[in-house]
Amino acid sequence: MLNKEFIFKKVAFSSATLILIVLTSIFIMLFISAKPAIEKYGLHFLVDSNWNKTIETKIPLTQAQILAKKTKTQSSDNSDMNDDNLFADDTLVLGDDASGDNVDVSTNIKTDTIFGGYVPIVGTILSTLIAMAFSIPIAMGIAVFLAEIAPDFLIKPVGMAIELLAAIPSIIYGMWGLFYFAPIVQNIFGGSQMSLLTAGLVLGIMILPFMAAITRDAMNTTPDVLKESAYAMGATKFEVVKDIIFPYAKVGIIGSVILSLGRALGETMAVAFLIGSVFKVPGSLTSPTISIPVVLANNFGEASGDMMSSLFYLAFVLFVFSFIIIGSAKFYFLRGRR
Amino acid sequence: MAKELIMDIKDFSFKYAGAPKPSLENINMPVYKNKITAMIGPSGCGKSTLLRSINRIHDLYPNNEYTGKINLLNIQSDEFENILDIKKENDFIRLRQRVGMIFQKPTPFPMSIYDNVAYGLRLDGVKDKKVLDEKVETALRGAAIWDECKDRLKESAMGMSGGQQQRLCIARAVALKPEVILFDEPTSALDPISTKAIEELISELKKDISIVIVTHNMQQASRLSDYTAFMYIGELIEYNKTDKIFLNPKEKLTEDYITGRFG
Ligand SMILES: Nc1ncnc2c1ncn2[C@@H]1O[C@H](COP(=O)(O)OP(=O)(O)OP(=O)(O)O)[C@@H](O)[C@H]1O
Ligand SMILES: [Mg+2]
Repeated sequence: MLNKEFIFKKVAFSSATLILIVLTSIFIMLFISAKPAIEKYGLHFLVDSNWNKTIETKIPLTQAQILAKKTKTQSSDNSDMNDDNLFADDTLVLGDDASGDNVDVSTNIKTDTIFGGYVPIVGTILSTLIAMAFSIPIAMGIAVFLAEIAPDFLIKPVGMAIELLAAIPSIIYGMWGLFYFAPIVQNIFGGSQMSLLTAGLVLGIMILPFMAAITRDAMNTTPDVLKESAYAMGATKFEVVKDIIFPYAKVGIIGSVILSLGRALGETMAVAFLIGSVFKVPGSLTSPTISIPVVLANNFGEASGDMMSSLFYLAFVLFVFSFIIIGSAKFYFLRGRR
Repeated sequence: MAKELIMDIKDFSFKYAGAPKPSLENINMPVYKNKITAMIGPSGCGKSTLLRSINRIHDLYPNNEYTGKINLLNIQSDEFENILDIKKENDFIRLRQRVGMIFQKPTPFPMSIYDNVAYGLRLDGVKDKKVLDEKVETALRGAAIWDECKDRLKESAMGMSGGQQQRLCIARAVALKPEVILFDEPTSALDPISTKAIEELISELKKDISIVIVTHNMQQASRLSDYTAFMYIGELIEYNKTDKIFLNPKEKLTEDYITGRFG
């Protein structure tokens, strides 16, 4: 008896510890792999909208090279020298001796590829915002309907349909979105078929059933007597939902929103089909752009060097981002909960 | 003392949706004004079902069937109205403001102590902060809980003890100045001290309010009530003044029950 108790405790404890270990090791792994990019681009990465862009910088000639050059080509004129001075600053920032491979010795032009995460970061944030703005009110409506309003004969079938929808793999949402939904969105809002808006809406539709199902379950935990005592005070259905059910189920509802948010932030397949995969800050909601998970999925295969560490930098940003959002949501909404 | 009726239940039968047979059959029972009427009987005999019919809480759930009449005195017109005729939501709300209900387990709303008591008043359209403050205080005093919670009105009601929560629920009901309050085993989840406080409170309340209380506690019924109804398997077996029921029951079943021979 005591022994079982002991084993049970140990198992429970190690399972809990395992989660922490996985979490920290992911964090550390991401950070280490992203470190070259973090060191190279710093926080500027977050606001730089260039991705995989080759820039040329001239590096100052060493004394020996200048001499050699002067003797070789007398025709070389002053303007070249001026340029050298102009680029001197950039070079200080970007250039380092290690990347000597890229320096063309004959011209002293150093080519470098720079990576900035601004576009996918903005794409991720905006598509997630659209998805949440679209899905939260509808999911709450569905949940209230299922928990409080629907007649008995509808509760089961609609509930089942919602759960089935929640179980559909995201790639199917992507395909459906691409072939059926995107043209509709384009007809209504104009712009291009594959766009931030299409991706955001399909993302919203995708997380909708999930959010609705969990919210409904949370609402269903409100004890009948509690609702009855509100009705017994003369409350209407709407007032009971607003004053009793929502506050009572608050924790579960916020949990469902947070989980859905996490899903939307990290969703890859559906978004890859729909967002357009264009590295451009979207001029409007109906322009194509790209999101972090899509960048990662599209580029990991052939990435190396700076690109690889930049991808890890993006992944790291996504990780920290999710962490902050979830952490602050928990802190803000659930404080003072007993 | 002249017996004044506030309620009169006539040939009332009730069947739950989908139940094979009625849970209540042909109940006839008066409820006297400013008196305490106790309902006793073994578990499952239909006490809660009857109580919940009186403010039509049953109607939150579809397809229950009932026949008969439950007449409630309209104080303004001094006439009886059958509450089973009510169909409009507004009239339901009005009925439930007139006939309050306290449940077995305390049911504080997930909000502050103050807001709990103010809840029904606000629903009723009271907005003036001063009026609200006053009514909340009166109600809390009326429920003998003012002293305990006057310094923590803004705190969540979930943090009170069970007994305090139950008195808060009573305050909440009292705040609406109902004509009748229905109590469904209000003390069965409480310790003896809280139970005593609630019992005193109920006796106090009957000055202004008529009371129907379901209880499993024979002492409570005999201590507290003026009239007692004994129910058994969906029927009202015996109804009389409480001392008659306890000292001199007419029916064998009643006697067996109150002497603890079954139940
Ligand atoms: N929602 C319901 N649907 C169908 N039958 C019900 C429902 N609620 C109660 N019943 C049945 O109605 C009968 C009376 O129940 P009720 O709850 O009124 O008994 P009670 O006298 O209050 O019992 P207790 O003392 O245990 O509270 C019981 O047979 C019960 O099984
Ligand atoms: Mg009962």
